[in-house]
Amino acid sequence: MVLAMAIGVAAVVVLTSLGDGARRYVVNEFAALGSNLVIVLPGRSQTGGFNPVNAITNTPRDLTVEDAQALLRAPAVQRVAPIAIGTSEAVWNGKLRDVTLVGTSAAYLKLRRMELAQGRFLPAEEPHAAAAVIGAKIQSELFGATPAIGQTLRIGDRRVRVIGVLAPSGQGLGMNADEIVIVPVALAQAMFNSNTLFRILIEAQDRALLEQAKTQVSAILKARHDGEEDVTVITQDAVLATFDRILTTLTYGVAGIAAISLAVAGILVMNVMLVAVTQRTSEIGLLKALGAEGATIRNVFLAEAALLSMAGAVAGWLLGESGAFLLRRFLPMLPAFPPDWAVVAALATALATGLIFGVIPARRAARLDPVEALMRH
Amino acid sequence: MTPLIELSGIERVFLLGDSRVHALSNLDLVVQPGEYVAVMGASGSGKSTLLNILGLLDRPNAGRYRFEGRDVTTLSDDERARVRREKIGFVFQSFHLVPRLTAAENIALPLVLAGVEPMERKARVAQALGEFGLSSRADHRPDQLSGGQRQRVAIARATIMRPRLILADEPTGNLDHATGAEVVHLLETLNANGVTLIIVTHDVALGARARRRVTMQDGRKLADETL
Repeated sequence: MVLAMAIGVAAVVVLTSLGDGARRYVVNEFAALGSNLVIVLPGRSQTGGFNPVNAITNTPRDLTVEDAQALLRAPAVQRVAPIAIGTSEAVWNGKLRDVTLVGTSAAYLKLRRMELAQGRFLPAEEPHAAAAVIGAKIQSELFGATPAIGQTLRIGDRRVRVIGVLAPSGQGLGMNADEIVIVPVALAQAMFNSNTLFRILIEAQDRALLEQAKTQVSAILKARHDGEEDVTVITQDAVLATFDRILTTLTYGVAGIAAISLAVAGILVMNVMLVAVTQRTSEIGLLKALGAEGATIRNVFLAEAALLSMAGAVAGWLLGESGAFLLRRFLPMLPAFPPDWAVVAALATALATGLIFGVIPARRAARLDPVEALMRH
Repeated sequence: MTPLIELSGIERVFLLGDSRVHALSNLDLVVQPGEYVAVMGASGSGKSTLLNILGLLDRPNAGRYRFEGRDVTTLSDDERARVRREKIGFVFQSFHLVPRLTAAENIALPLVLAGVEPMERKARVAQALGEFGLSSRADHRPDQLSGGQRQRVAIARATIMRPRLILADEPTGNLDHATGAEVVHLLETLNANGVTLIIVTHDVALGARARRRVTMQDGRKLADETL
């Protein structure tokens, strides 16, 4: 019974730490993108009924570098970074490697909260420079021990000079920032032979101005695209809040399921206590003969139920914490710490079920007739 | 002098299926403080029922029971428990010791129930262990004690609250002759010190030792002789 209680509490602790860990993982991932971010995607992602204009001009207008520049005029916007993205090959000294090529502007570094290990980032004043900033992994794999700064790297059919190396940063929402090569957006577009942008990243002046920035960005782009709303503007906040909500709900749900096992444990408490009352009938009769009042006997059995469930709850808590520890050990990116509310709720539920289901046996013991109780030996 | 026990017109009826069994019918009994009474009779004569009623473990269906001059038939369960705790000690045939507790802890039980402070409890238990020659057995559990030692623990427990009345139900029934005699001697010593002693037995030899013998038959008092 103690075991059942322990497993119940452990289940609550482990499952909520898993759920909460997943939530924190996602939230952290988004926070790594920068927290005041507004993202512009080409094309309209929602359908808003049939629009005759859509029927004629089916393809939305592309986002351009000029669009991105125009967005700087919005008062709530602080930084704007256009992004053109593609894959290419980087060659140096006979070594060849596939890389993700990111064309962007000087604002990108601060906007993405990235850090440089060596050198400098793309210069703001020379948007057409043949310069590149490389990811930490590219640097180690292509150049090895040779200093990368100042070397000339061939990307596709262009030659660029390495001016900076990014600090290792690990994973960032599917795109490994250690395996990218960043070049000025004009250069990237020239290489891809296109003048469209993949995304425009915008940082608002302030978190509070996020909605304003979003509105202003939409308005400017609509004006530039002949009054047609053919882009999607999302705030990272909205995405984040949605994920946060979904995963929090999930955690509650999982906790609820685990709590059912606590109720089952409570029924086990009741059975164990009922058996205890039957087994100790003659002892209860003896206590009554010795002058124990009904309340005393009831309290003795309640205390026993409470102690048993407390033991189970504490054992389960330790079990759950070590389970969460193992989770963190084997899934290091998942911060699987059980939330405090879950621990408190699990312990309280365990104790409460133990007491509630202990009441019936305890009352039965208290009401036993001393004569009959003594005779059963 | 107020009698310790005064039973008048006690009836106790049990329902066995459809039939009503008169375990006690119209019983009168007066016991003075300090008496030594043996309640004799065959099994089924109602002597155990009488003991349960005297010990406030059971309620009569009719009649009046005065204990120390006070009517106890109308007391609530908790009030009766308090009277048992403070005034009455029980000695059972099968000892009724708690197997998980040591001798000392078994003796201390009534003190715990009465809420006596641990310090005083310890002193009184140590004294009782000494008086009953159990000092070296204080930390032994019942299954490590001989029958005579177990009954001595039970008597020590029955007397730890210094009751006015000791009710013994076949106290020698589970003991051999020598240890039985030893236990009876112990109970008689308590009686000599002023405690009222009522022994229920069907052992004629044991009954013969009491100054007063009440013989029961079919729920009625057949004889009441004082030597």
